[in-house]
Amino acid sequence: MIRRLFIANRGEIAFRVIRTARRLGMTSILGASEADLSSWPARDADEVVCVGPSPSPQSYLSVDAVIAAAKAARADAIHPGYGFLSENAAFARAAAAAGIIFVGPEVSSLEAMGDKLMARKVGIEAGLPVVPGGEAADKAQALERANATGFPVLLKAVSGGGGKGMKRVDRVEDLEASIDMAMAEAQASFGDPRIYVERFIASGRHVEVQVLGDGETAIHLGTRDCSIQRRFQKLVEEAPAPMIPDDKRTAIETAAVNLARHLNYRGAGTVEFLVDAKTFDFFFLEMNARIQVEHPVTEEITGVDLVEQQLLIAGGNRLTLTQDMVQADGHAIEVRINAESWANDFRPSPGTATHAAWPTGAGVRVDTHMPRGGVVPPFYDSLLGKLIVRGATREQAVARLTAALDVLNIEGISTTADLHRAIVRDARFQAGGVDTRFFEGLTHG
Amino acid sequence: MRVELPLSPEDVNEIATILDGSSYDRLDIRTSRFRLRVERSGEGWSQEWSLDEGAEVAVAATVSVSTVAVVPEGLEGVAAPLPGTFYHAPQPGAPPFVAVGDVVGPDSVIGIIETMKLMNPVHAGCEGRVVDVCVDNATMVDSGAILMHIQPA
Repeated sequence: MIRRLFIANRGEIAFRVIRTARRLGMTSILGASEADLSSWPARDADEVVCVGPSPSPQSYLSVDAVIAAAKAARADAIHPGYGFLSENAAFARAAAAAGIIFVGPEVSSLEAMGDKLMARKVGIEAGLPVVPGGEAADKAQALERANATGFPVLLKAVSGGGGKGMKRVDRVEDLEASIDMAMAEAQASFGDPRIYVERFIASGRHVEVQVLGDGETAIHLGTRDCSIQRRFQKLVEEAPAPMIPDDKRTAIETAAVNLARHLNYRGAGTVEFLVDAKTFDFFFLEMNARIQVEHPVTEEITGVDLVEQQLLIAGGNRLTLTQDMVQADGHAIEVRINAESWANDFRPSPGTATHAAWPTGAGVRVDTHMPRGGVVPPFYDSLLGKLIVRGATREQAVARLTAALDVLNIEGISTTADLHRAIVRDARFQAGGVDTRFFEGLTHG
Repeated sequence: MRVELPLSPEDVNEIATILDGSSYDRLDIRTSRFRLRVERSGEGWSQEWSLDEGAEVAVAATVSVSTVAVVPEGLEGVAAPLPGTFYHAPQPGAPPFVAVGDVVGPDSVIGIIETMKLMNPVHAGCEGRVVDVCVDNATMVDSGAILMHIQPA
């Protein structure tokens, strides 16, 4: 039973967790940095403790500072939110050592999903499909891999990252030359010539499944589509993922539950898949062992408070929800309103919101920590709030989103509201089921 | 510490929904602790919360903020395009982008400002020679703070 909940985060998610904690009768204790001591969540929490100076490495990212603050506040549990220390196994261990419940999965799950290669290995063990391919130590092996995988293929450096040494090969006759180049580049860039051969999925969608587990059993709460991204940062999320055939959707959801069961997963998690936009073949990418930014779209169509589920499970309760009890109804879309200027290549825009009129009304939900006069400090990420709309159909949700975005008026700082107004009016978005190349094809308004 | 907000987001939503079916266009609630405005706006409704009417919520002053803005006559000042932490070099231990005496052009990068976890290059904006670096490495600066003085070519 959790009575005193320490929230080791800031911004809208801190506010979000406080609200559910209050409803459940828990005392909320916010661990805030010096810059956030007068933030809206800090004013709303039952108690506030300073976790350190404004730069996050000295506050929100400091395991020692956060654990010390939680201990001093006599907290019996810590909710880490997302980002910061939420998936840090050392933090979860330190909480346990201090006798404080970590609201998240077991350390073993955090470690199993800690890096992409490890996650791929565990995914295969759990019987999930992964993008066909594998490591190739030399040219003969690379050729063999490519022939087994089918064209086009993507060559990647095993030791690489950030797109370096990545090559797309469309035809078998180009493969030898490309392998030579990729291996030379990999050697030059990373001192390691080994490459990785993977099937290239030209038109892919990012589809994820919300899961809940209690260590013994696991269920899913349906799909979310997060294909609209810029540089791997999600901009728009919706639930359920639109225009996926029922049999494929069921298969994706079942795969996610299988992984959660394989891990004896405890708490809320998200299993991410790459889905071929044409064939709907799906491949496991990774699992996020925390609450996600985009969790509200799932809440809106299922009526389940995911933070409440996290807190109940962390408090030692079995899952009381069964798969049959989870019934999705309608369609929900979330857009992230960031303090960034689309016109200036997404330049961050810290400062003071001289006006902060957010939409409200039927079918509209706003998760934000920004009142009028609220300050966006330069130390943290740029999320100002999330606008979530719900409709009986996707069409109605899109119409509500259009109207709600027209109401939204934040002044004093630049926001991405204009970007979302362009997205919502884009014919591809209105049709639904776009792939991850959507943003590249978006014209500036 | 806690400021009672007796209205949950769901309550505000319901208020707007009720007002929507009425002839009212605006609800303005002001208490000693907060003010909430719910207003008809185009086809929808807006909500705006203020916590300190008339008093700006301020970031606790915990870091030194450089706001130097005086540029000696005959020189050009390179101003910070946005607030954040100003760095002379691309990474710790690396040589600075520019030093006193260097010749720069309008597009030369003279430093970076880290804001909200993003690195933003700062361009000289004019042609000339660097005569002074006004801000120490890793200093928090306000938008508009003068970072360098340049003798125009």
